[in-house]
Amino acid sequence: MDIKILNAVIAIIGGIGGAIIIFWILNKLAESLKGKWEDRVKPWMFAGPAILAIAVYLIYPAVVTLQYSFANEDSTAYVGFQNYIDLFTDDGFLSVLYNNVLWIVVVPALTVVLGLGVAVLADRLRPPGEKASKTFIFLPMAISMVGAATIWRTIYDYQPEGAPQTGMLNAILAFFDQAPVFWYGESTLHFNSLLLMIILIWTQVGFSMVLLSSAIKSVPEDTVEAGRIDGAGERRIFFNIIVPQIWPTVITVFITVLIGVMKVFDVVYVTTNGAYNTDVISRRFYDELYTQGNNGYASAIVVILMLAITPVLVYQIRHFRKEEAAR
Amino acid sequence: MTTTIQPGTATPADRPQKLRQSKHGTGAGSATWPVRVGMLILCVAWLVPALGMLVNSFRPRDDQFSSGWWTAFFNPFNSSWTIDNYTQVLTTSNAGIPMSQAFINSFIVSLPATVIPILIAAFAAYAFTFMQWRGRDLMFVVIVGLLVVPNQVAFVPLVKLYGALGMNGTFPAIWLAHIGFGMPLAIYILRTYMSGLPTAIIESAKIDGASHFTTFWRLIMPMSTPALASFAIFQFLWVWNDLLVALIFLGRGDNTVATVALQGLQGQTGAGRELIPAAGFITIIVPILVFLSLQRYFIRGMTSGAVKG
Repeated sequence: MDIKILNAVIAIIGGIGGAIIIFWILNKLAESLKGKWEDRVKPWMFAGPAILAIAVYLIYPAVVTLQYSFANEDSTAYVGFQNYIDLFTDDGFLSVLYNNVLWIVVVPALTVVLGLGVAVLADRLRPPGEKASKTFIFLPMAISMVGAATIWRTIYDYQPEGAPQTGMLNAILAFFDQAPVFWYGESTLHFNSLLLMIILIWTQVGFSMVLLSSAIKSVPEDTVEAGRIDGAGERRIFFNIIVPQIWPTVITVFITVLIGVMKVFDVVYVTTNGAYNTDVISRRFYDELYTQGNNGYASAIVVILMLAITPVLVYQIRHFRKEEAAR
Repeated sequence: MTTTIQPGTATPADRPQKLRQSKHGTGAGSATWPVRVGMLILCVAWLVPALGMLVNSFRPRDDQFSSGWWTAFFNPFNSSWTIDNYTQVLTTSNAGIPMSQAFINSFIVSLPATVIPILIAAFAAYAFTFMQWRGRDLMFVVIVGLLVVPNQVAFVPLVKLYGALGMNGTFPAIWLAHIGFGMPLAIYILRTYMSGLPTAIIESAKIDGASHFTTFWRLIMPMSTPALASFAIFQFLWVWNDLLVALIFLGRGDNTVATVALQGLQGQTGAGRELIPAAGFITIIVPILVFLSLQRYFIRGMTSGAVKG
């Protein structure tokens, strides 16, 4: 144990010290060059290590993953599009995709709407009440999905019929003399997936609330005032004056939650491990990589996920370009 | 608050009153009782699940499985309380390794994985903001795109590479992975912040003959402290709370972290089940404390438009 801690301390000191030394040497090297070359080389000395880290840990593996997706399970021979054909003709995988679509449809929209509602209500409280309630709602954002899933056991827990119920939902059912329900197994209309989504929404609403609340507060008062003078009611003012002005923030929140949901893993892995028709892309990927040891399928799944994210990626870059142009 | 004039119905002659009305219409302190009660109920509902886990973590095994946590919560004097769950989960290997060790491992993983990328990213952000070079804008667009790319794209080849190098399950493996995965966000946050710094100061430093290296150390780094802090909090919480990267690169051996240990405990059906709430609390306490004490920086980082893929 002590050795481990010592290693970590060495890693921090060595990592930081090493980085400083490397940058210092790189800088000296660049300075030793004459005139024009110094200015040409120096940016690469400053940005080089970061670019190297990104290249080694994101870009190069992404390319190799694409390559593996056309190869067999231990990446020794190419199989063409066979992995993709196998996946898209497998009913199990199609229902995984369908589940992910459900997550995408439900979670981001609900998170935005709930966050907006809470933001509007909390802003009307007096400052101490506003601060306290926002902190409470925001707190789950800090904890891990594993922790959140652990916490929600107190709500969804199930004991056999006749035994005292320890989960709140089943305790309520028992209060009305109803038989307990094994919630995670309740796959009719994907009800169990919805219950898992609630856990994720629970952690994300605070994020949505904080961003939307600060956007609402920066809406110029005179635009709202103008609406009032023109005789608009509170509701019209909200939907026709405030919402259009905070729309960019709504999109930001939506996109952020959307990206998180597309690769959702932890909450499903911890609660049902994909059983009872709750499986999602990222959990299936982990399963193919570790339990099945099939690199071909695992890579193909990642490529499918990547393709699904591409529109978001294009949007992100366009949005960035627009912001840069406005600078 | 008690004006009876409806917003918008007043004639221009009532202007002062109307202004007062509009100020109190939706602003701070304008909440009616239903709104206050509604918010109170919402806050309670938000905290109830966590409260349930906290209460259960102090209840003996038999109590946990024979009655809901609320039984003990509403009869605190007729229930038995214990810290056995904590001592057990911290010292015995029900979760694969003792939770105390997993807790320390979480720190061993999180701290270097938070501190090291900051410096590397700060140098890069400086180059992206204050230096002119070919390929700079294209490179930054790539980084912006990578913000939304899921880490999963890297796992299969990295596992193979680490396997060949015998690095799977070691701390350097996961440190390097988190440094790589966190880099786009780090550069993005820092560059956004640095480009908002007053250029006049940097120009005058240049005129005084300061090199880029000196400008970076003496001027830019101290001025960027808020952005460095918000990235540090982001990255620390992200690494501490991460499950997937830890599962893949560290696995369930002696080096495993708290989230993985807690997840392993969830699979228990017999002995050890009563330890789950205590293990859960041990896992979430650090992020909660970090969050509560540094909330301001965290929110600033969020509102600067950070997205992590």
